[in-house]
Amino acid sequence: MPATVEREKVLISRIIAGETDLFHELIRPYERMVYLSVLTMLRNEQEAEDASQEVMINAFRHLKSFRGDAKFSTWLVTIAMNEARQRLRKAKAAQFESLDESKEEREGDFTPAVLTDWREIPSEALEKKEMRQKLREAVEQLPPIYREVLVLRDLEELNQEETASALGINVTLVKVRLHRARMMLQKMLAPYLRAAAPAKKGFFGRMFQ
Amino acid sequence: MTLECKHVWERISEYLDHQLDPELLMDIEKHLENCEVCSAILDSTRNILILTADNRTYELPVGYSERLHARLEKVIREAEKPKNDSA
Repeated sequence: MPATVEREKVLISRIIAGETDLFHELIRPYERMVYLSVLTMLRNEQEAEDASQEVMINAFRHLKSFRGDAKFSTWLVTIAMNEARQRLRKAKAAQFESLDESKEEREGDFTPAVLTDWREIPSEALEKKEMRQKLREAVEQLPPIYREVLVLRDLEELNQEETASALGINVTLVKVRLHRARMMLQKMLAPYLRAAAPAKKGFFGRMFQ
Repeated sequence: MTLECKHVWERISEYLDHQLDPELLMDIEKHLENCEVCSAILDSTRNILILTADNRTYELPVGYSERLHARLEKVIREAEKPKNDSA
């Protein structure tokens, strides 16, 4: 990891010094990360591609303002999330909920979907293309404030601190939102996983039919 | 201490992220050993996370990288111009 950071530092200073072609090399490892971050937020492939290009262009134009105290990847994903948020605000899609933090922060009871059958079938179910499609759909349905945390933590696998920094929120909020996001997904996806499970008529099978 | 299912559900995320303090972790594991319902919820949530991180779940559009670098190339070339012009 530190080797990457060092390598990137060198690249960045060379780019700033005028070897601008090296920017291609600098961003190559993060093309996927940027695209997926904005795709999950914008829910539209064409717009996500356009937004990704803008993110990289912005990163190029503002590279001088990159401070070595954060990882380059975190800095880049911050730009990506800002770009996505900006576009979401502009679009104000019908189902789009406020990005304000004031809403939905109350803990409240959150009941997961109760199933017992499906834990015996994960490997086959997870291999199914349909399951991946269902997951993408479920992620799309999460309100943006939960979706952005889930994407950075569970898709991009950023740590809590990096996620907090990229989203401009505190770590506690990252934890709370991530938990809720995961529980919402669990609830939404349970029926599909259940359908994929072999019928089993044990005690729990009867109990939760 | 015996935990209710509800309390276990509240901790699933921290459990999966290995963020629980040892004492609570032990209580939860004890509960999980005896509770089919909670262990199924835990497993299903874990599976969802595996699926989310799976590279095949989200794919890049064909030609995405080429188009990105082509556009960047233009921007990079343009950025060089003004310097030369103003000289």
